[in-house]
Amino acid sequence: MDISNFLLMRQEIMLLSIVLLLIIAEIFIPNDKKSSIVHFAIFLFGIHTILGFVGLSEGSLFGGSFQTTKLVYFFKNVLNVGVLIVLLQSADWIQEKVVKENKGSEFFILLFSSLLGMYFMISAGDFLMFYIGLELGTLPVAALAAYETSKRISSESGIKFILSAALASGAALFGVSLLYATSGSIFFADIIPTITASNLTILGFVLFFSGLAFKISIVPFHFWTADVYEGAPISVSSYLSVISKGAAVFILMILLFTVLKPLMYIWENMIYGLTIATMLIGNLFALRQQNMKRFLAFSSIAQAGFILLGIISGTQLGATTAIYFVLVYIFSNLAAFGVVQAISLKTGKENMDDYNGLYRTNPKLSLVMMLALFSLAGIPPVAGFFGKFFLFTSAASEGYYLLVFIAAANATVSLYYYLLVVRAMFIRKNEHPIPFFNSKIYMRLGLIVSVIGILVLGLYSPLYDYIFELNGFLNQ
Amino acid sequence: MNINYIILVPLIPLAVFLLLGIFSHKIKPTVSGLIGVGGLLSSTILSFYAAYQYFFVFGKVGGVFQTFVEKTTWMNFTDTLHIDMGILIDPISVMMLVVVSTISLMVHIYSNGYMKGDEGFTKFFAYLSLFSFSMFGLVLATNLFQIYIFWELVGVSSYLLIGYYYTKSSAIAASKKAFIVTRFADLGFLIGILIIGYYTGTYDFVDLNNPEGNAILSWAATSFMGMSVITWALILIFVGGAGKSAMFPLHIWLPDAMEGPTPVSALIHAATMVVAGCYLVARLFPMYYFVDDGFALHIVAYVGAFSSLFAAVIAITQTDIKRVLAFSTMSQIGYMMFALGVSGYDGHEGVGYMASMFHLFTHAMFKALLFLGAGSVIHAVHSNELKDMGGLRKYMPITNITFLIAALAIAGVPPFAGFWSKDEILVAAFHHDKLIYYVGLLVAGLTAFYMFRLYFGIFWSKDTKYHHTPHESPLSMSVPLMILAFLSITVGFIPFSEFVTADKMGFEAHLNYPLAAVAVGVGAVGIILSWIFYKKENDLAQKWANGFGMLYKWASNKFYFDEIYLFVTKKIIFNLIAAPIAKFDKKIVDGTMEGIGNKTVLLAQKIKGLQSGRVQDYALFFVGGVVVIVMVFIYLW
Repeated sequence: MDISNFLLMRQEIMLLSIVLLLIIAEIFIPNDKKSSIVHFAIFLFGIHTILGFVGLSEGSLFGGSFQTTKLVYFFKNVLNVGVLIVLLQSADWIQEKVVKENKGSEFFILLFSSLLGMYFMISAGDFLMFYIGLELGTLPVAALAAYETSKRISSESGIKFILSAALASGAALFGVSLLYATSGSIFFADIIPTITASNLTILGFVLFFSGLAFKISIVPFHFWTADVYEGAPISVSSYLSVISKGAAVFILMILLFTVLKPLMYIWENMIYGLTIATMLIGNLFALRQQNMKRFLAFSSIAQAGFILLGIISGTQLGATTAIYFVLVYIFSNLAAFGVVQAISLKTGKENMDDYNGLYRTNPKLSLVMMLALFSLAGIPPVAGFFGKFFLFTSAASEGYYLLVFIAAANATVSLYYYLLVVRAMFIRKNEHPIPFFNSKIYMRLGLIVSVIGILVLGLYSPLYDYIFELNGFLNQ
Repeated sequence: MNINYIILVPLIPLAVFLLLGIFSHKIKPTVSGLIGVGGLLSSTILSFYAAYQYFFVFGKVGGVFQTFVEKTTWMNFTDTLHIDMGILIDPISVMMLVVVSTISLMVHIYSNGYMKGDEGFTKFFAYLSLFSFSMFGLVLATNLFQIYIFWELVGVSSYLLIGYYYTKSSAIAASKKAFIVTRFADLGFLIGILIIGYYTGTYDFVDLNNPEGNAILSWAATSFMGMSVITWALILIFVGGAGKSAMFPLHIWLPDAMEGPTPVSALIHAATMVVAGCYLVARLFPMYYFVDDGFALHIVAYVGAFSSLFAAVIAITQTDIKRVLAFSTMSQIGYMMFALGVSGYDGHEGVGYMASMFHLFTHAMFKALLFLGAGSVIHAVHSNELKDMGGLRKYMPITNITFLIAALAIAGVPPFAGFWSKDEILVAAFHHDKLIYYVGLLVAGLTAFYMFRLYFGIFWSKDTKYHHTPHESPLSMSVPLMILAFLSITVGFIPFSEFVTADKMGFEAHLNYPLAAVAVGVGAVGIILSWIFYKKENDLAQKWANGFGMLYKWASNKFYFDEIYLFVTKKIIFNLIAAPIAKFDKKIVDGTMEGIGNKTVLLAQKIKGLQSGRVQDYALFFVGGVVVIVMVFIYLW
């Protein structure tokens, strides 16, 4: 094998190198200079992100276990940008809190390891690689969720996550074994021609699906979400809510549209039901939340329901709208989490009531939050509106009128609770509002990038066309 | 021939508007007045230069006045259908440039005196500039959509200026009324535009107006309710024009618009904006004439003739001098409208078209003069009511003389401007439609009568005792009066028919002596009657008014049209239609929605037990979910 073939894996190799570099840096940087590791890590990852956009070549490695296409590159770049924003938004927290406990570099090492797992999962060409990626993507997050060891709630969150994740990956692995049992191969390419809807295959498929549904927080595999988001550090919650979820959506879509296409008549109906359940449950629970992290957790469950709406149509158009929506969702959710993070870091306040009168004291922050929530709710002209609009049109064009109607009704419900936060910030009065504060440069940068994403995605249509082109191969 | 510089004519007032609008608090009133006048002066010079160039240098090629267009595509719809922005130069647009710039300049100068000391002096000039910009843009528009955009813009500036004294509730009501009524009419205009765009595939005036063009020739292709769709479109467009030009029954806003400052009334509600309706019909004249054998044009003619008579009758009974002038304006625009309506197309047949534009031109001069004169009077006695005036000729000689000239001009006394244009209109009507001719003749007599009633009432009549002795207005106000008086005498001698005609060829017009003599005679009767009634204060007029009884009462109440509109809107639309709908909305729609909302929250409360916080429960749900899904697909599907 030509050594240059490894260039196909260069993103994985680079990320791994960054992890190793960070381990070395951890050893050599003296204790009183440890906060510089933050700059170092962000700098390295920034370069990694930028390099991800150049020199893309398609191909496969290891006899087809690892494969990469333009679409896969695109996914990885999206994840990179998302992680970069997460890093920017958590930099202050790490410098102020984590470094003091002398575990700053571990945070990055764990986070990047998880991202590496996501890479492998997306690039997987067979179920083994997929499973390894899934595990690598999940396990470090459990450690991250329990990162604030001084807080009981954080440890609880870690425990809950690892237990649920173990169950989910167990189910996924069992499902994969059953699929192997019925088709005789773990390679996606070999499975496609042999797959038929026998009872065993259905059982295998549903089990396998539940493993991914766990990561996307699809009802009824979502219960961990709120508890973990609430307890975990906000950076980890936002990572879970966008990166982990986004990667799982990407691979789920690829698998459903290629390998599992013969089972479409099954997963179509299954997703139909799950979409409704997910939107409904997510929305109903979000209605009553007071804690902002829990609130965003349930909102992210409801958003997952909308994503499924794009997948269900099983067409190039549907895939494009789903990916576009995920993209929009990543920026919007990160902006919202960023504001929550900034406020929590300065004041320790995480409840909706604490946000009363925020506009009077922190107008810029309030505007960012408003924009993010408008985007999540789908109010024009921000990106979220187009995301939802395209999703609805793609589902409607395949004849899912009832589903679109239910989704629209759910979007209305979601509008209500998103506006609750806006009302708290802009309209409600507060005797003691959160005092004015200035965030540091990284946080500002993180918020600015998210806001630009929200605005530009809504107005810059060539990107949508680009995604559409990338999805060409799905339309077979 | 370079016509690009003409784009500056609208752009200069726009720049002035932006300058004055943005820095309104930083600029001293005197400076802003100078900026306003200076800007308009440059536009006026450019307009006159353009007119000279067009009419005497390059406009006429082979005996025909050419149409020049400079435009860029603004929005593309289909291959043929697109919206352009640009300037169109042809005889009527150049003529209108001259009219608008002249009157606007006079009003700008005059306002320096009239509005002196007003708090919003700079704002006033900003609005005036905005209006001038919009009006120039309207005149120069190359297509229906562009004219519509500027059409709305003049509507907005008119709204702003009528409501200029925004602390007065009557001014606010008047501005709203004007805006709503004209907007309502513009709805027709817009629908007409869309129909034209849909069926002819073009908005461009040059394409639309080509008598051999597709747009005109294809009129019979599609019909709706027994009439060509193009005819429908033209009628709808005329509805828009009728709204702007205060034609019956959309005239109700014009008298109320007199709440605005008097210079505004002179500029917008006498000389320029209100004639936009005539301009619109003239702009599309070939369409109106050729499509459906001019069916839509007949409507224009009869609406114009009726409005003309209707307004003249009301004008006799009004006591507010500005309202008299407002109804007079409506009446004269009716004149222009029916002149268009009775016009032919080729050569001398098109005398009505020529006469209409001619009358538009002369009317702008003497009506602006009348308004500015009235403004001068109001400035002196601080009242609009005739009863507060009288004997003012001793105090205000310049105003007196100039007002008299204008009155003579509008009454059609030779050799003043109005005589020439009115004569041509009556000639056109006489050859085309006798009924309209007699209406026109009657209106001519009424016009002379009410105008001299006004003149005598203000300047002669009784010797009113004034608290403050009235005095002549300052130079900034009297100079425009004198200039306009000069124009009111002279513009009638312009050989208009050689420049502005329907087929753009030009012809030589001759005075029709018998018809002219009849018209002058009728005018003279009107003047003599008002001499008897009003020269000296006496109760003769009151006796006659009592003699007419109901008719007089009806006319002085404007035939109760405001009341009819109020009845229709308040009693019928609000009470019978809007109120039940509002109730339905509140009870049924809102009720259902609130019910759904409450139920949703209730449901959310009920299911909160699911999220117990115990991981073992979560695992149970997880496995249960898998099992249920598998069962469904294996056994039920």
